[in-house]
Amino acid sequence: MVEHTIPATNAVVTLDVALPGIVWGWMITMNMWAKSIGTGVLFLGYYLSKRYSEDFAKLKLGTIVISLIFIHLFLLFTVLDLHQMFRFWHIFAYPHWTSAITVGAWIVSVLVGVLFVMAWAKLTNKDELFNKLFVIAIILAIPVTLYTAGIMSEATARELWQMPTEMVQMMLAATLTGSATLLLLGHGKLSDDAKRDLAVILGLSAFSAFLLYMGEYIFGNMKAEELQATLAYIQSGGEYASMFWLGQSIAYIVPVVLVLLSINSKSYGILPLASVSAIAGLWIVKHVWLIIPQLIPMS
Amino acid sequence: MKLGFLVDLNLCMGCKGCEIACKVENEVPLSSWRLRVKYVDIGTFPETKRTFTPLRCNHCEDAPCERICPVSALHYMDNGIVNIDKERCIGCAGCVMACPYGAIYIDPETNTADKCTYCAHRVSSGLMPACVVACPVEANIFGDIEDPTSAISKYIMEHDVKVRKPEKGTHPKHYYAGGGDVNLNPLASVREEGHQLFNNITHLEHIGGH
Repeated sequence: MVEHTIPATNAVVTLDVALPGIVWGWMITMNMWAKSIGTGVLFLGYYLSKRYSEDFAKLKLGTIVISLIFIHLFLLFTVLDLHQMFRFWHIFAYPHWTSAITVGAWIVSVLVGVLFVMAWAKLTNKDELFNKLFVIAIILAIPVTLYTAGIMSEATARELWQMPTEMVQMMLAATLTGSATLLLLGHGKLSDDAKRDLAVILGLSAFSAFLLYMGEYIFGNMKAEELQATLAYIQSGGEYASMFWLGQSIAYIVPVVLVLLSINSKSYGILPLASVSAIAGLWIVKHVWLIIPQLIPMS
Repeated sequence: MKLGFLVDLNLCMGCKGCEIACKVENEVPLSSWRLRVKYVDIGTFPETKRTFTPLRCNHCEDAPCERICPVSALHYMDNGIVNIDKERCIGCAGCVMACPYGAIYIDPETNTADKCTYCAHRVSSGLMPACVVACPVEANIFGDIEDPTSAISKYIMEHDVKVRKPEKGTHPKHYYAGGGDVNLNPLASVREEGHQLFNNITHLEHIGGH
């Protein structure tokens, strides 16, 4: 292993050009964060529509509007991050189907169309059409949630992202922010039972995501030297260690504690705090995970 | 025909002639490199030596950059070269993220991805890549690796050659003779901030980009 090679050879790079630095920065973080909210509210909205239809009736339009806003935010930052943003249409004119970027762009375009029709159906009281389209929207929202994991797995240079857990993390980010957003949206409108269900989903999503990150944090070192070098940035003394733990605390630990307190006391007044914490913390978590693999030298 | 590249690191003396020739031939802007020579110092004084490693695109048979490119701007040519169509590139930088060799950059003048193309424009005219012509010690060997009589094929057969990061499964078509872990593994050497031979690199702002 390299940690034994370096002291033996005392090899030092004495002339090389600077590393390219962070190429995918905060705009890509915004992309992932906003997409989690945009699809997450659909998943949890669908759950509410099946289990607490009367409660969901009050949130129907709000859910679709929030989903549309955040999916458009996600698309906005995706396009803004392109170095040639006015060539975005090339994805539709010259699609390359092995690329998860292409597949995702096409599916999300269809989803946006379906969401607009759903909003129109709600405004014109066409409930049957709305319900049929909701199923289609959920089917489309699953690949839209997951395709970023596909992009990351295609990023062969970044071993940290090439994990099956990344796909699970994408889904957990959606259920975390989806439940949090609906708790905020339905704070004064949802029944206690519906709030409790959303709180449980929020708490379980946070706990599961935290466990997965801890798994990577502890066992990642044993996998490959590249992964070890990447994780060094969030481990003791690492440049991003504080930010990593801040994100984990705000996104996962605080919401889990608040949800437990809330359910035990059957008082749901602190759930908005847990929701805001989860939504804000997720941005930090995603950002750290996006940045650290870009810090190690590739050549 | 499958074109490949081989660098004999035993011959390379780090003159950077290839780097300059590449810059001039391809009009590579300031702060960007299609090809660069990395110096790594090994050992403890007085038992020290300096190694030189030219680094460029590996023109992989299973190129991750080609796979991730959403618009086929990066594409294979019939001769195995992984080429780039800068007019089609949207600058998503997916290829920069995918390349395990750090060989792709965003050109600050065109705001599109760019990299070594083995001088595809010269090759199509029957010329050798500019770096091959410039090398004073013929450390760069370029040719058809599917032709057993070509100079590169013979070199590969007669020497112990390595590729960078074979574990990535990209099947690079760029070989090194005389290379070791120190040359080819970026994590096998230390990079000390502020202790390089040159540190003040001029970085161009991306025109109209970010």
